[in-house]
Amino acid sequence: MKGYILKRLLSLIPVLFVVAVVVFLIIHITPGDPASVMLGPEASPREVAELREELGLNLPLYQQFTSWLAGVVQGDFGWSIFMNEPVLQSFFSHLGPTLSLAIFAQLLAVMLAIPFGVIAAKRRGTIIDQTFMGGSLIGISVPSFLLGLLLILLFAVQLRWLPVAGYKPLNAGFFLHIRYLILPAIALGAMQAALIARMTRSSMLDILNANYIKTARSKGLREKIIIYKHALRNAFIPILTVIGQTFGTLVAGAAVVETVFNIPGIGQLIVNSVERRDFAVIQGTILLVAISYVLINLVVDLLYGVIDPRVRLNRK
Amino acid sequence: METKLLEVKNLKTHFNTERGRVTAVDGVFFTVHAGETVGVVGESGCGKSVTAESILRLLDEKSTEYEGEILYKGKNLLTSTINEMQAVRGNDISMIFQDPMSSLNPVYTVGNQIVESIMLHQNVNKKEAYEKAIEMLRLTGIPSPEKRIHEYPHELSGGMRQRVMIAMALSCQPKLLIADEPTTALDVTTQSQILDLINELKVKFNMGTVMITHDLGVVAEVCTKVVVMYLGQVIEESDVRSLFSSPYHPYTDGLLKSIPQLTGDRSKKLHVIEGKVPTLHQVPKGCRFAPRCAFANEKCHDEMPELVQADTSRKVRCWHYKEIFQAGEESPYVSAADSY
Repeated sequence: MKGYILKRLLSLIPVLFVVAVVVFLIIHITPGDPASVMLGPEASPREVAELREELGLNLPLYQQFTSWLAGVVQGDFGWSIFMNEPVLQSFFSHLGPTLSLAIFAQLLAVMLAIPFGVIAAKRRGTIIDQTFMGGSLIGISVPSFLLGLLLILLFAVQLRWLPVAGYKPLNAGFFLHIRYLILPAIALGAMQAALIARMTRSSMLDILNANYIKTARSKGLREKIIIYKHALRNAFIPILTVIGQTFGTLVAGAAVVETVFNIPGIGQLIVNSVERRDFAVIQGTILLVAISYVLINLVVDLLYGVIDPRVRLNRK
Repeated sequence: METKLLEVKNLKTHFNTERGRVTAVDGVFFTVHAGETVGVVGESGCGKSVTAESILRLLDEKSTEYEGEILYKGKNLLTSTINEMQAVRGNDISMIFQDPMSSLNPVYTVGNQIVESIMLHQNVNKKEAYEKAIEMLRLTGIPSPEKRIHEYPHELSGGMRQRVMIAMALSCQPKLLIADEPTTALDVTTQSQILDLINELKVKFNMGTVMITHDLGVVAEVCTKVVVMYLGQVIEESDVRSLFSSPYHPYTDGLLKSIPQLTGDRSKKLHVIEGKVPTLHQVPKGCRFAPRCAFANEKCHDEMPELVQADTSRKVRCWHYKEIFQAGEESPYVSAADSY
């Protein structure tokens, strides 16, 4: 088990190296000069050239890359030239809102999607099934920013039940924290819920035809126990995969929703840093997001073993 | 007269499919007494498994309709409520299935699955249920059951899993056991062990047993009575010995002739029943076997024969059984029965 985790962690190195190279190249090849952005349009070319020299932007690309990478390996992700603080610090100060939002959105999605998927599978072909699956199709197709804006219009502007936008940290009080997160979490979680519900349905349909379900029925078990004890746990592996993947995208891909709802999270940090040409922040943040994405997948892989004894690693 | 445990009267099972209504079982009759093993034989697709699952009503009831009667101790299971059925399943009537590899839930230990059954139907606590489960596993010949009980199905061999299935099915001492091809998926040596085990436990618990099989060897070995099915219908019912020595129905005759013999001329080709089983969408209107039958005449093609009492212990569904029976002078099947 320990050996397995170690192996998995080691296999992250090449993945992250590729991510680092790609991110670095994309940023440095796109036009736009951080020095002139920082100094503003009125700066003279000489001032800009001096700042470029100071920031090391005149060095050859490979030298800039190796010096950045050397820092990263030692845990130094660079210095934000705009915020004038270590990249790691700005990352963690923006991580809280994103994590809260992602967890809340995911909980909402899972708690809705699994029962809906199970019911749809149980009543496949009926009106209920078709309604749920039609609804999930809408969930997949409607972009999150549009859903976000519609939600704001209805619940914040018209009904005035919830705040329009903004973010309150957890230490401002749990309920206030949640109040601000409800709309963005729905906007963000709708697509995940739809994906999970569809996966739950198809996985359950497979499992409900399995022989051991017939065995369970022949024992005289009640339908509820057959579905929730015998079928759902077997159907859960593909569901868990989807949950893991969508959670990864929630952490990484909340940029749009964070912008719509003005939440100071990682997404906003990346978008703003791109506008400011704050290279170190973009590079560092994307690399850190990639790391968390891969770690989430590792956790999901380990959870498979908890659900299904056949994939357990620590065999006697 | 012994008591009738199970009586199936003119059972018909219809499926509503996208291509229309299909009648998978269309006129099945048989009776099981306590301590008796009734074999249900037929080739793939003849409706024997559907018959077995109809008894416990395990088919998806949204698309299934039943007709006729299934009387368990005089009570019609087809009109019972779902709660009544759940009380019967696993408690009065148990079932074991064809494929032990996929019939146990892979994510729970075998102990968990047996105990679940015991606690469902009996008023015992968890510890007593575990003790009972270990005892049942020991009874089915599983070595060191107190260890095995904590293992998962994938850690056991096919034969062991079938023993677990048997232990689970018998854990509440049912009056009737339905075994749906319990040995088909097992290798030959394991097959006979499992059959012996079922036989032994049947005697021990005085159970009635319905043995669904396509293997006449299994019938010869364990059954007292046999029901032959063809395309959803019972075409012959008989005690095992008479069936093997002198079949009434041409289909049964064909089946028996297609058993390979260990003795005699090896160069002789094995008997084959000509033609194919029609699908359920194109059932012949007369006798269902007529298109493949050497004795068929116009009447056979036009009118469906009823299952009639041929003599005291035998029934047959054929217009010509008397002539065929008289024609079949030489009866090589006694030796077939004895060779098992």
